Amino acid sequence: CTKDLDLRPTNDLTSESAFTGLNGYKQVLAKVYGSYALTGNSGPGSSDLGGIDAGTSDFLRLYWNAQELTSDEAICAWNDPGLPELNFQTWTPGNVLLRGLYTRSLFQITVANEFLRESTDDKLSGRGLSQADLAEIKRFRAEARFLRAFQYWVLMDLFGNPPFITENDAVGKFLPNQIKRAALFTYIETELKAIEADMAAPRTNEYGRADQAAVWALLARMYLNAEVYLGAGNAKYTDAITYSSRVINAGYTLMPTFRNLFRADNNVNNPEVILSINYDGIKSLNNGGTTFLINSSINAAMSPATFGVPNGGWGGNRAKQTLPLLFDDRSGNTDRRAMFFDGKLNVDDVSAFTDGLASTKFSNLTSAGVAAPSSNGTFASTDFPLFRLAEMFLIYAEAVKRGGSGGTEAQAITYLNRLRTRAYNGSTAGNITSYNLDYILAEKGREFYWEAHRRTDLIRFQKYTSDAYLWPFKGGVKAGKGLESFRTIFPIPSADVIANPNLIQNTGY
Amino acid sequence: GSISGKIIDEANQPLPGAAVFIDGTSLGTQTDVNGNYKISGIKSGNVSVTVRFVGYVEQKKQVTISTTPLVLNFSLVPENKSLNEVVVIGYGSVAKKDLTGAVTAVSSKDFQRGNIVSPEQLIAGKVSGVQITSNSGAPGSGSTIRIRGGASLNASNDPLIVIDGVPVSVGAISGAANPLSLINPNDIETFTVLKDASATAIYGSRASNGVILITTKKGSSGKPVVSFNSQLSASTLGSQIDVLSAQELRDYVTNNPRATAQYIGYLGESNTNWQNEIYQTATNSDNNLSISGAVKNIPYRVAVGYLDQRGVLLRDKLNRTSGSLSVTPKFFDNHLKVDVNVKGSLSKSRFANQGAIGAALQFDPTQPVYEENIFGGFFEYANGSGANAVPNPNAPRNPMGLIMQREDNSEVNRSLGNIQLDYMFHFLPELHANLNLGYDVAKGTGSTFVPEFAAQSFSTRGSRTQYLQEINNKIGEFYLNYNKNLRSLNSNINVTAGYGYYDNRTTNFNYPNLRANGDVIPGTEPTFPFDIPRNNLQSYYGRMIYTLSDKYIVSASIRTDGSSRFSEDVRWGVFPSASFTWRAKSESFLQNVQSLSDLKLRVSYGITGQQDGISNFSYLPNYAVSQNDSQYQFGNQFFNLFVPIAYDSNIKWEETETYNAGIDYGFLNNRINGSIDVYFKKTKDLLANVPIPVGSNFNNFLLTNIGNVENRGLEFNISADAIKTKDFNWNLGFNLTLNRSRITNLTLVPDPNFNILVGGFSGGTGGTIQTHSVGFEPFSFYVYKQVYDTNGKPLEGVYEDLNNDGVISEAGDLYRYKSPAPDALLGFSTQLNYKKWSFSTVLRANFGNYMYNNVASNFGVERNILNPSGYVANATSEIFRSQFINNQYLSDYYIENASFLRMDNIGLGYNLGRLSKASSANLRLNLNCQNVFVISNYSGLDPEIGNGIDFSLYPRPRTFSLGLNLDF
Repeated sequence: CTKDLDLRPTNDLTSESAFTGLNGYKQVLAKVYGSYALTGNSGPGSSDLGGIDAGTSDFLRLYWNAQELTSDEAICAWNDPGLPELNFQTWTPGNVLLRGLYTRSLFQITVANEFLRESTDDKLSGRGLSQADLAEIKRFRAEARFLRAFQYWVLMDLFGNPPFITENDAVGKFLPNQIKRAALFTYIETELKAIEADMAAPRTNEYGRADQAAVWALLARMYLNAEVYLGAGNAKYTDAITYSSRVINAGYTLMPTFRNLFRADNNVNNPEVILSINYDGIKSLNNGGTTFLINSSINAAMSPATFGVPNGGWGGNRAKQTLPLLFDDRSGNTDRRAMFFDGKLNVDDVSAFTDGLASTKFSNLTSAGVAAPSSNGTFASTDFPLFRLAEMFLIYAEAVKRGGSGGTEAQAITYLNRLRTRAYNGSTAGNITSYNLDYILAEKGREFYWEAHRRTDLIRFQKYTSDAYLWPFKGGVKAGKGLESFRTIFPIPSADVIANPNLIQNTGY
Repeated sequence: GSISGKIIDEANQPLPGAAVFIDGTSLGTQTDVNGNYKISGIKSGNVSVTVRFVGYVEQKKQVTISTTPLVLNFSLVPENKSLNEVVVIGYGSVAKKDLTGAVTAVSSKDFQRGNIVSPEQLIAGKVSGVQITSNSGAPGSGSTIRIRGGASLNASNDPLIVIDGVPVSVGAISGAANPLSLINPNDIETFTVLKDASATAIYGSRASNGVILITTKKGSSGKPVVSFNSQLSASTLGSQIDVLSAQELRDYVTNNPRATAQYIGYLGESNTNWQNEIYQTATNSDNNLSISGAVKNIPYRVAVGYLDQRGVLLRDKLNRTSGSLSVTPKFFDNHLKVDVNVKGSLSKSRFANQGAIGAALQFDPTQPVYEENIFGGFFEYANGSGANAVPNPNAPRNPMGLIMQREDNSEVNRSLGNIQLDYMFHFLPELHANLNLGYDVAKGTGSTFVPEFAAQSFSTRGSRTQYLQEINNKIGEFYLNYNKNLRSLNSNINVTAGYGYYDNRTTNFNYPNLRANGDVIPGTEPTFPFDIPRNNLQSYYGRMIYTLSDKYIVSASIRTDGSSRFSEDVRWGVFPSASFTWRAKSESFLQNVQSLSDLKLRVSYGITGQQDGISNFSYLPNYAVSQNDSQYQFGNQFFNLFVPIAYDSNIKWEETETYNAGIDYGFLNNRINGSIDVYFKKTKDLLANVPIPVGSNFNNFLLTNIGNVENRGLEFNISADAIKTKDFNWNLGFNLTLNRSRITNLTLVPDPNFNILVGGFSGGTGGTIQTHSVGFEPFSFYVYKQVYDTNGKPLEGVYEDLNNDGVISEAGDLYRYKSPAPDALLGFSTQLNYKKWSFSTVLRANFGNYMYNNVASNFGVERNILNPSGYVANATSEIFRSQFINNQYLSDYYIENASFLRMDNIGLGYNLGRLSKASSANLRLNLNCQNVFVISNYSGLDPEIGNGIDFSLYPRPRTFSLGLNLDF
């Protein structure tokens, strides 16, 4: 009878049965990717993470909040725990949303590590895989390492000094060591260069999977911000030019119509996006991601059906006036990137969604204006562009301006004018003949607002904490005020500082 | 030859119905109305005559039978009932006087009365150390049972419940509000609550939260007794939550400088009291018929019951048909006792949509219930008009629409039963072999339907769901018991050793969700057609009770349990106990103290375990397959994810050490009796869902063995027959429990700031109001300290800066303030009988329990009225006091003292006696009121909510019932 004590689950798999054949590996790889798209495994109510509401626990929603609400672009009307502190840049180590983001990034790293542990040569050898399968799995491994590097970059950028775990760590209750920001920079750089050869050539991989261009794009972004991560005097603008150029020369072109980058069919015929996070209104559901971006940015009075979410419209996020004011004409008639719902420009009451213009950049309509399938009229199918060509143009131009070599201002102006021409609907009326760094920051805002870049950019331009550049409610006062200088990185969440004595809290918190 | 005679009682009154028999033969009879009997046809020689009558000491007389008729009279004396009463314990029973543990038995005569639908309510307020809190006023809803405060944080705190030897599943059964409600309370004879480790450790790994043994009614010898009882009752809402009336809301909005024209424009013309709309006076009936007796010396009892209960929330309904059968024959000259019990119930429920309860509080009272629209005629806040209207996704839904536009029906069939064979060896009558085979099976099935046009499921064009669950639990137990009086040593030894096998298996079938028209909602197709969660437990146990001179009792038990939930390395746990009992009354120096009828001192120590709450396979490194709405797209293909699940390969039992010391006392021939116990419980390897270092596992939280909790307390019981005469009897019972819990350790690393945030509340997203922290009670509230102005009005958003860092933040300014657990529980029952009248009442009080008024914190703010999402909603009247604009969820302003005194029950009975001289039918009538009143300073609806978070509780109704009992 004691045999009956050895039970096994009915439907769950063991690591042995999960990793059978190429498809098993691919389904685990799908989880490595899915970790930044979904909140959990059992629909929008489930979560991989504890200590945070399931609907709030997806990567993009948390990352977006951390990058946008804390900047001059967005403000949220909601009272949800942790949100007001991001609105006002008064977050503390107990902030539940920052804890969620930190945990989400490390979760994806943990799953990537599991994939790597289970796909070593040793493990593979006994599993009866063909040579072709083995080659494919080698590529999977490189992609898992890429996603891990990407999340370490997020952690380095936002939290500075996160815990550090690789496939060499076991699974249990151990105490991971902390890695310092500079060491982490070196690690990510080394990893990305190490996997470059194993990745698919640009634009040859399946949609939704990373390739060499994604590696280069991340390197370019990281090199552009190197002084932030490594301290003054450690600039790597030349490297930024090198890697942004590699992407630019890899065959990507701009999406002809700007708004179609953010529409539900952006997974097809998209020449610009290098890597996206994929969502589907029927098969990949969560209350974060683009579902959050679309629904939180409109309210029920804006007729949600015209955004492809007839039953949606949560009325939370809208622009601080600093954002529409980046455009000379915010109607969208000249610069098509100005996608705002006409209303009251100034934010006087944080809790009134109608104070501040609503951003209509993301939509669940297709480029043809048809609502994408959605299981409940709220979930969106729009994919989120994590890396796209336009950023590489801006990196190139900025790095050249900041003294990097290997590029020219003339070339930079050509790139910048490609963005301008598209923005002006094919007209060269908006083209420029020269530019300065302030122009780059403003243009980055016009091109990339609502795409979760802003906090990183403001920090690089040293405008983030400074009292020389203010935005509404900066520091919690309506007119804005400077922030403490330590706020350029977020605190290590106090829950983890307590759970893991190896962690030392970031300065100032 | 023959014998005849008369049998009288202590007052020289005849005893009709007493059993008289000749030992070792089948000859026997019963006394007639005058106490006379006659037995003839007895063989000549020496025989032994026995007389038995319930409540009296059995008498035997040796006589010599000849052909001459013999006259043999008996005078019976009442037994000292409470001391010789047999009390069931784990795997056996003992006389109350020989009990070695903290055990309280409550029999049917002391149960709570009235319209009791779920068994545990029978003993609410009756037993010290036991807190029974009904979860809501919904038909058939269950209760939270806590014995001595519960030992765990995240694992289960529910006691083990054993019905006639079958441990029953108290886990959820699909379609049943409460699995215990599937047992008919009318079939229950006694509840025995085992509290200290001396009593519970024989149940090993499932005993940390105490054990409740339930025995059901059995047949007795003699001619059939038919008992019929019927009860009609009406339940009404006691009180409503105070929200703004339509006029108050109109005034609030129109006079508010912050209300823009837009908000004034939202106001309607109606005056709707939404709570009046959704609640009703509910009628219930409960009918039970039982027949017990014996057929050819085989005692039996059969019973059927039919319950029809409606809820005070519109459309709520429960029908339960139950049946039970008990057969208890004896064979081979009483050497083999067979005990067969089968119980079954079929229950059908229609569940009202309880979302209406919260919606009724916040729905705009200036709006009508009905309106011409596309949502089936129920007014809704919507965007767009006419055929293009879409419900505002952020607004509450029309409460009546929520109820009337949702069908939610279930049908649950459950049966449990066992056959127990107890064989006394012919060659060694001190030795018994006992085999118990039992089962607990249930099938729950149900469906919901919301029409296409209903606003509540508008986004999916209505909904249809279904579920089916089958539960199949089996138990097998075998033990040997050796009980021997060792006269030469003036002692008794009682040894038990056994084995138990418990297999719990559930099958859950999965179905897609459908739209109202039957189309599958894409993405909801299940990945697997079914799942079979299963666990297995196997045990070896032993117990030895040694009694010396009827004065000193030493008892020890040990159990070892193996569980499928743990890895082989930690699979088996050992749970010992020991106790010493001194029956001081039996000492010569007390024997002559007439006023003292009983005095017994007990001390015990033991270890029990706890494993409920651990999922079946959390020690295995498994992968789950994601659902079809959680796939990821590569290229044009979607892939179900293979997901590594967080695991703890070393997870094991929670272990509770219990120390207990107690005194059982009795005075004046036990007219006053009771007990006092003090206990100390220390749980180690506490199962808690704790934050673990991020990155070390596939989740940042893990249910693991971490930390300690200590409980200490005192229990006091007293019962007194204040008046005991022929016509007038008055009994009073009182019990008191003091309990205090402390978390003493929680984490991998000791850090005074470590918290486990728990107690999610409604409002916002993902907030918590409670914490587990070292040095504090579990579930302590974790809040900001509110600052008030000189008039005592709370200042919105102004809190004390407890860490003096100049900013108010959750990192340093939240503090731990009180907890939902009461410091003291009091229970008081009394019963008066005067001739044919009887009167009884039960009162309970809790002291020191605090409540988070989440209704006020969520709805009592201006932001709720002038809602930023584009509509007007209602607020609780509390808004006039706080005048808060925005929600201040974490303010201690909302933590209120919820101490209370509640009258559970008051009843009046009248015994008409025999309907006529000739008839044996006896009729009793009774009138009852339940939930009579509550006295409390708590400002919300009801101060009694188990988890201390008050949000849209289904109100507990006040119930009036009229019942009749007919026995013949």
